[in-house]
Amino acid sequence: MSGMSDIQETRLHEVAHARAGDKGNRSNISLIPYKPETYALLLEQVTEVRVLELFAHKGATKVTRYELPNLPALNFVIDDALEGGVNAALNLDQHGKTLSYLLLGLSVSMPRALILHPAPE
Amino acid sequence: MTNKIVHIGCGAGFSGDRVDASIPVVATLAKRQGPRYLIFETLAERTLALAQKHRRKDPSHGYSPFLEAYIRPILKTCHESGIRIVSNFGAANPMGGAAKIAEIARELGCTGLKIAVVEGDDLFQFLSEEEISNYPTIEGLEIGDNEVVAANAYLGARPIADALAQGADVVVVGRCTDPALVLGPLVHELGWPEDDWERLAAGTMAGHLLECGGQVTGAYFADPGYKDVPDLARVGFPIAEVGSDGSLIVTKADDTGGLVSAQTVKEQLLYEIHDPANYFTADVILDISQVKVEEVGPDRVRVSGARGKPRPDTLKATVSIDGGWMGEAEMSYAGPNALKRAQLAVDVLKQRCREIGTNCPVRFDILGTVSVHDGDGGGGGAAGDWPDDGDYRVRVASRGHDKEGIERINQEMLSLYCSGPAAGGGFRQHLTDQVQTASILVDRTLLATRIRMMEVSA
Repeated sequence: MSGMSDIQETRLHEVAHARAGDKGNRSNISLIPYKPETYALLLEQVTEVRVLELFAHKGATKVTRYELPNLPALNFVIDDALEGGVNAALNLDQHGKTLSYLLLGLSVSMPRALILHPAPE
Repeated sequence: MTNKIVHIGCGAGFSGDRVDASIPVVATLAKRQGPRYLIFETLAERTLALAQKHRRKDPSHGYSPFLEAYIRPILKTCHESGIRIVSNFGAANPMGGAAKIAEIARELGCTGLKIAVVEGDDLFQFLSEEEISNYPTIEGLEIGDNEVVAANAYLGARPIADALAQGADVVVVGRCTDPALVLGPLVHELGWPEDDWERLAAGTMAGHLLECGGQVTGAYFADPGYKDVPDLARVGFPIAEVGSDGSLIVTKADDTGGLVSAQTVKEQLLYEIHDPANYFTADVILDISQVKVEEVGPDRVRVSGARGKPRPDTLKATVSIDGGWMGEAEMSYAGPNALKRAQLAVDVLKQRCREIGTNCPVRFDILGTVSVHDGDGGGGGAAGDWPDDGDYRVRVASRGHDKEGIERINQEMLSLYCSGPAAGGGFRQHLTDQVQTASILVDRTLLATRIRMMEVSA
């Protein structure tokens, strides 16, 4: 059993991967843990509220989180995240293709064993 | 009863994808037995509106500008090996695209090649511009009084299957759902009934996984030190093996780079999906919420558990309207105190825009700080603590219907060469006409599809 000393602050990038897609002004970003044991911790820590905060400066108005326990993976649908999307955005990345890595920058607390490149003990 | 397997490869995942990616796919399929197909998906939402604009300038144009580059390298091998081709190359002019393929086929000596054209996606065949404009939109913009450049419904797999049943070696479609390019051949080969929702769902999932080409075989995936991909420069495009029972294996072309793993398949499975239990297509509502992904061999992944619900009564259609102009201009500042000089350039441009009375949306970025992750109003970290020394690039973007006003903003960036901060260099600008899209739902009984066949003579 891991002790509390095993828990490290890290970024989602160390425990999961992601891909962003667009439809109109709505972005969807998958979040797929490298290790299945991570899934339960993602459910706890990567909430709709936190993701909405992360995309607030983009104008996001709503986040819906879908759960896919068999993969396992999460799918976040973020309304109004694309500053108008391909129809209207002035952003260089009109499709929001790079936004998967905005999500992967989110801070999380994870047991050392689940982190791809953990900090030295 | 034995489980019949259909082999379907993908040669392009978007208009602009690698033009030679299909060659190893065809070489792999040519060695296999059984029914074999090659699909090309080259028609994104706004690509068709751009094609419509081309057709207005020249009525023989309006099909995929890459058609010849995609078709020529593989057509003869496909014809000789019995690999049938299905594509939405047709864009705004499927007949023109088919005529071009016939011309190439004659040059290559593909005598007897049968080309089918699926027509019936163009809403202007069935509705007036005013009727189209009066539809409520479900995503994207309101249509309003803007000129409708193109309006096309997403056709399903049935007309593709019908064209194959009539003996087509090549099927050219305008607008259809991307998964239909795969589901059409499966329906034809495996005889799946129109209400076999479970199998139609499995075939639609296969199409969804294939439609973006290399995105399921390690492309658009590599992240060094995290997700390493062998020989990405030679990434192999995907091949699906779909059984009559709806079983699905995803693999890739032989002797290529890239990889097919549970990770690559999961990323593509969720790509552009919203509610995983309700992915609407013309043929079925796909539910992937219970799907399982297993690695069953090197570069072989089994995907199972798709469920289906009855297809919707309506078809989605994309309406493209004139979207005015977008201007973009950039200038670089580098070396000592570069950030301060770049910030001064932005301040000067903002003041100039105010003084000339710019009234369209304008955005400024300093590339080298945070740009694409920043918001139009900041807040994403661009204004953070970046080093004064560096290599920064100022960007301005604007859009609107006032072309002269947009050009003027670009010109203001250009003027910084002599009238801005010290040592700005590397000016570039773009001015591009824009197409905007809205989605509507139309009753499927409104549309009548038609198949036209042509045969290549000696």
